[in-house]
Amino acid sequence: MGQITLQNVQKSFGPVHIIKGADLDISDGSFVVFVGPSGCGKTTLLRLIAGLEDVSGGNILIDGKNVVDVPPAKRGLSMVFQSYALYPHMSVRGNIAFGLKMAGLPKAEISRKVEAAAATLNLTPYLDRKPRELSGGQRQRVAIGRAIVREPKAFLFDEPLSNLDAALRVQMRLEVTRLQKQLGTTAIYVTHDQVEAMTMADKIVVLNGGKIEQYGTPLELYEKPANLFVAGFIGSPKMNFISGEVAGRHDAATIGVRPEHLKIARDGEGWPGNIMVAEHLGSDTFLYVDAGAIGPLTARHVGELDLSAGDRVLLSPDPGRLHRFDETGKSLRA
Amino acid sequence: MAHTPELSPSQPSGSLHRMTAPALQPTETGTGTRQTQLLARMLLTPAVALLFIWMIVPLALTIYFSLLRYNLLDSESAQFVGFENFRYFLTDPAFLASLQNTLVLVGSVLGLTILLGIPLALLLDQPVIGRNIVRLMVIAPFFVMPTVSALIWKNLLMHPVSGLFAWIAKLFGAPPIDWFNDIPLFAIILIVSWQWLPFATLILLTALQSLDEEQKEAAEMDGAGALSTFIYITLPHLARPITVVILIETIFLLTVFAEIFVTTGGGPGLQTTNIAFLIYSQALIQYDVGGASAGGLVAVVIANIVAFFLVRIVGRNLEA
Ligand SMILES: Nc1ncnc2c1ncn2[C@@H]1O[C@H](COP(=O)(O)OP(=O)(O)O)[C@@H](O)[C@H]1O
Ligand SMILES: [Mg+2]
Repeated sequence: MGQITLQNVQKSFGPVHIIKGADLDISDGSFVVFVGPSGCGKTTLLRLIAGLEDVSGGNILIDGKNVVDVPPAKRGLSMVFQSYALYPHMSVRGNIAFGLKMAGLPKAEISRKVEAAAATLNLTPYLDRKPRELSGGQRQRVAIGRAIVREPKAFLFDEPLSNLDAALRVQMRLEVTRLQKQLGTTAIYVTHDQVEAMTMADKIVVLNGGKIEQYGTPLELYEKPANLFVAGFIGSPKMNFISGEVAGRHDAATIGVRPEHLKIARDGEGWPGNIMVAEHLGSDTFLYVDAGAIGPLTARHVGELDLSAGDRVLLSPDPGRLHRFDETGKSLRA
Repeated sequence: MAHTPELSPSQPSGSLHRMTAPALQPTETGTGTRQTQLLARMLLTPAVALLFIWMIVPLALTIYFSLLRYNLLDSESAQFVGFENFRYFLTDPAFLASLQNTLVLVGSVLGLTILLGIPLALLLDQPVIGRNIVRLMVIAPFFVMPTVSALIWKNLLMHPVSGLFAWIAKLFGAPPIDWFNDIPLFAIILIVSWQWLPFATLILLTALQSLDEEQKEAAEMDGAGALSTFIYITLPHLARPITVVILIETIFLLTVFAEIFVTTGGGPGLQTTNIAFLIYSQALIQYDVGGASAGGLVAVVIANIVAFFLVRIVGRNLEA
């Protein structure tokens, strides 16, 4: 079991309020991603759950039991650190076994569990190496091995892939997701990369300035962002925001259109503009358009378009995919 | 003749080898052209030559004197006596006694500075109020000249009549200890340890500060308590700095002289005479230059033997 509930969790460092009251319900076995810009408090919130920081207010429940006064080791969670934090003088075997050794398990059982964990992660040939003799990806797997061997109620990951190169990151992303589904253990995963969040998560928590902006499935966030921040943060390239008179026609302070929901035409209806930059990726074409008073717009077309910088185009939004926001930035739903 | 020649000749010779070997290596592996190789050799030559002369002249003179019967009271009659001086020095009962004193002194000071340095460094690593001032005070003894600190210990602290320790003893109604008569070697060990404790603490403290905070947190998540974290995480991390402390302190502790000279003058009897002090007394109390030179060369050999075993025992920790 690994059901985690946050009730109005707060954290201040001295006079600085970092986490401003977080409420969250994480169901057993789900993969939840905390995403947000750098410095928004993701790591702090994760460390509060881990018990590495004390809460300034509120409750953290694990399987219904309040754990705010329980030391980290007794919470039954395990954490994968951004720096991996492997013990440099211990072999891979020693690293993975350390938690079990501290728990006082018999030697034979430790050995059996370590070998099972190593097999799951393809680490068996490296069991007797020291961390410094491993590649980045292998170290990452040792850190994960150290987490899974204790059979925790939940895994906590703090930007575990950010030290890997792009190709390895995609591969590890798949491995982590596969492993989590296979074990069925709750996971909380922190990242600032919205692509990682969208691809890995069952549910995403969007954090901004120490506040939870929205909590939902990736597609909910994409289709029904709660506010301007979430709308702008989720999706790549970023959503276009238009305010002023055009927005007023839709009874909103601001309207938002995703680049993929702008129809591109050479003539007919739409907002006129000149292409500043055209990016041709083969699979997609991205156009960065100067639409005069409306502002700069980004448009995405699936497939190739024979347009280049300087060309004049007309952009029209898909009316069913228009997002409307009020003056405070909150989403308006029809 | 210098009274402590034991390490000065051996050290430059060591650094000489180290200087030349790596300097030439890049060119040999093909990273430089012939011209830069030649230029590197030419530019290095004066420095290497100077170091070589610096080392070889005192060494040659010491070897030369060690083969003579040469007493300053009777300097006219210097004559070649072969290895007679060595035989005399090595069979002198004072030699074994002072060798033992040297090893006891080095070993005890190493043990004390490391055993006290670790908890002290751990304390100074904690965020306490006025930490910077405390750190400065802990480091201060290192800047006091050995002669001065020995005088302070002798006259202000350990003096059996007017010393602070005697006063404290009397406060509790105990008879004051006459440090330099009753436990002279231990008194010297205390003084030298006091001087070297800051060095050990400082090296260990910087090492502690470089210990990754996340590693300790990982251990905490793994269920390790304070003691387990210390044993399994902190102590292995300190293995390398402890090695550095041992190696560097040993070099200097083999030649402790001023503290002995100021406090006990090697006595009572031979109880606080170490090799360095024995050589000094040979040369400048008995005016026996030949015997002192032979002793100096013996000290060089001893220093190298100690270094050999030390590197065997703890040098492994220095490998990356
Ligand atoms: N121990 C601390 N003391 C003071 N401020 C801290 C501490 N830890 C984090 N902060 C501050 O809290 C904010 C959030 O930090 P963090 O949770 O690490 O952000 P994120 O992981 O989202 O990038 C930052 O502004 C950071 O400066
Ligand atoms: Mg962070």
